[in-house]
Amino acid sequence: MDWSQIDLRTVGVLWNQALQNAGIAPPLLTVINWVVAAVVLLFVGLNMVIGLIWLERKIAARIQDRLGPNRVGPFGLLQTVADALKLLTKEDVTPTDADRITYNLAPALAVFHVLMTLAVIPFADGVIGADLNVGVLYIVAFGSVGSMAALMAGWASNNKYALVGGFRVVAQLLSYEIPLVFAMMIPVLAAGTMRMNGLAEAQGQFGGLGWYVWVMPCAFFIFLAATLAEGERAPFDLLEAESEIVAGFNIEYSGMKFAWFFLAFFLNSWVLSAIGTTLFLGGWQGPFVDRIPALGVVYFFAKTMVMFWVLAWIRATFPRLRIDQMMDFCWKFLVPLALVLLVGTAIILKLGLPSPFDGLALLVWNLALLIGGFWLLGKAQQRAVYASKRAFTPQLPRL
Amino acid sequence: MLEQYGFIAILALIAAVFPFVGLAVAWLLRPKRPNPLKNSIYECGIETIGETWVQFRAQYYLFALVFVIFDIEAIFLFPFAVAFNQLTLFAVFEAILFVLILAVGLIYAWRKGALEWQ
Repeated sequence: MDWSQIDLRTVGVLWNQALQNAGIAPPLLTVINWVVAAVVLLFVGLNMVIGLIWLERKIAARIQDRLGPNRVGPFGLLQTVADALKLLTKEDVTPTDADRITYNLAPALAVFHVLMTLAVIPFADGVIGADLNVGVLYIVAFGSVGSMAALMAGWASNNKYALVGGFRVVAQLLSYEIPLVFAMMIPVLAAGTMRMNGLAEAQGQFGGLGWYVWVMPCAFFIFLAATLAEGERAPFDLLEAESEIVAGFNIEYSGMKFAWFFLAFFLNSWVLSAIGTTLFLGGWQGPFVDRIPALGVVYFFAKTMVMFWVLAWIRATFPRLRIDQMMDFCWKFLVPLALVLLVGTAIILKLGLPSPFDGLALLVWNLALLIGGFWLLGKAQQRAVYASKRAFTPQLPRL
Repeated sequence: MLEQYGFIAILALIAAVFPFVGLAVAWLLRPKRPNPLKNSIYECGIETIGETWVQFRAQYYLFALVFVIFDIEAIFLFPFAVAFNQLTLFAVFEAILFVLILAVGLIYAWRKGALEWQ
């Protein structure tokens, strides 16, 4: 068997031929293909969550010098399955006077919005649910549905902790959406397309050096910080801060409804790492991928796992921010930084430098912004520390 | 290009039905023994005092207002980013001017203290 001929699209062609031989005409055939693709997509997404929860618990355990789940199955691999079965058979407690319709819709909406974003993630060259020409905008649009689900849950629970959690969701997710959108716009600016597959294709030059993470590290940094906030992960997990508001918006949820929020949270983390992989880490690009396209899937999943690992690493090591620090970090640091970066990137790309030099110019500009931005942030921090010290120093009587 | 939205529609249908299937299975399997104490609102062992749906701080509203401005800016900038390679230098400077006007708005909100969390 010639391995270079193995292409995931060949499987699709064979599948189509088999169905046509069975006497299924094109309009029905297309619909069947869509249904099969959608079910496969959901199957992959939902099964991955089982592994991801186990992985994140293991990573956090190892970093914090614990063992993590190790009882159910080999290495505790079946722990998540056991948890899912337990949640499925748990009694569902609805608080009195809850807004019933909104209360029951919220977990379904939370799962719905994450599953919808799976449609535009390119697993390999052309292996994508729907390569929309507005792919990035589609992700942003469905990403903001998530904050609505959390707000609905917080509002409908008839619980004050949940309500405060819901408000925090709005404040945090809306604020961090702006740096996230600007950070996603910069690869779009460089690639000249919003198709997710096109964005991955555009990073194929110079054998791995063309990945946007090397060319625009500052945009990647903004994206990563905004991803942590959008994924409701530490250090930005204020909306479920258990020491302040117990569990935030999902405090009154139990049983399967809680399981849906949990699933949406982990799947959202993975989807965000997949978006980061596509926009900045080259997507399915890798050695020999032009000769053996099936390798793209391997590279894509490896890269998303690295990105997910970084997110889990940050979650296990960083303490939680205060809400004013979080808002300041977004509005006074990330948003101005993203605006300056966007303007500068547009000017540099319009200069029309020859191929390797425009990338180098972008790299210099990004590094300058990153270093300058953090220098200014340090200065501001120093000033704040001095101001608070002055406020607390007792005034000595002058002699 | 438009037929891709057929896939999106089918995925939306399945993704919308799927969570309810899970809830239905749980509804069949789970015990149902509610009582008034169990269904009371969680509040550290004491009863909630007063109405839950109270007025909230205007601070959240201010941030939402600033967000709306920037989100609309982002929507305008995405077509600019896609068509960037075909744009003339003049159009690029116009877009940059647009960003700068909004940056002035951000600086104004900042100086006015709208971005301070009290």
